[in-house]
Amino acid sequence: MAADHVHTDEHDGPQYDAQGDAHAHEHHHPDWKTYKWVALILLVITVVEVWVYYTPFKESRLFVPALLIMSAAKFVIVVMFYMHLKYDAKLFRALFTGPLLIAVTSVIALLFLFGHLAIRV
Amino acid sequence: MATASVADVSPAAHHYTSTGLDNKKIAVWAFIGSECLFFMSLISTYLIYKGRSLVGPYPHEVYTDASGKVWKEILNIPVTSASTFVLLMSSLFMVLAHSAVSRGDRKYSKIWLAATALLGSVFLGFQAYEFTSFVHEGLTLKTNLFGSSFFTLTGFHGAHVTAGVIWLVTLLFIDIKRGLGPRDAVNVDICALYWHFVDVVWIAIFTLIYLIK
Repeated sequence: MAADHVHTDEHDGPQYDAQGDAHAHEHHHPDWKTYKWVALILLVITVVEVWVYYTPFKESRLFVPALLIMSAAKFVIVVMFYMHLKYDAKLFRALFTGPLLIAVTSVIALLFLFGHLAIRV
Repeated sequence: MATASVADVSPAAHHYTSTGLDNKKIAVWAFIGSECLFFMSLISTYLIYKGRSLVGPYPHEVYTDASGKVWKEILNIPVTSASTFVLLMSSLFMVLAHSAVSRGDRKYSKIWLAATALLGSVFLGFQAYEFTSFVHEGLTLKTNLFGSSFFTLTGFHGAHVTAGVIWLVTLLFIDIKRGLGPRDAVNVDICALYWHFVDVVWIAIFTLIYLIK
């Protein structure tokens, strides 16, 4: 009966327990152990980022790409695990990654037009 | 039995859309998507103006002005690293708060919500310290292009953290007053999504503004 009052979806629709409680999108969420490991990984990447800043590697041509990769890894880990995008509905992924892709593309385009990547003739 | 089931899934508790998804979560994800564009515009402004300031202080370079005064690089990496660590830990506490609310653990939901709000406040304290020291060292919003773009970007991020702390304190207050249970999990979840977004924005800022010369 309760289901009559709630929209359902083939993949993402609300589920009900014996008492009729709705548990919409109660997909598998990470447990405490996963959160702990994610925090540890984020911490280690941050330590490495700061450490390389104080080493001669700072002068290397690989310094900026390495930092960008580490930063992107942290970004993805937080979004996938802490924001549960790995486990959540596809619509949420689209709502986030769509604007993010537009934003990143815009930044790169603007840097080519006006920033340090601009080709001046 | 059927009546009880209907009451349990009243629209007041959950607002499902035709997609089967909660409308508040759709709204917050759409909002976060728009915030991506907002912060990327500020970050691109900073990056375009980077290295184009005519006068110091500069973020990474030692600078000697016309009077012979030597200015050291202004960005304080150790302090910012500490504040980054604080914000990352606050994200861990936030997921633990959400987890506690989802399973109806009233004791730990209060502890983790309070801890998250506290770490958010500590982060704001670091930012206040940084801004104050920059002003004392001669960098203000109108000193040069670096000052304008830096204070605008990090200031807006700080404003978002402030809004997040207020949101967390409100949830904590509700938890203390009437208790947050599994039925409030969505409300805590949208606050958590916002908080984690503020964290990922800082991850980008920390690398692009502080670490890359």
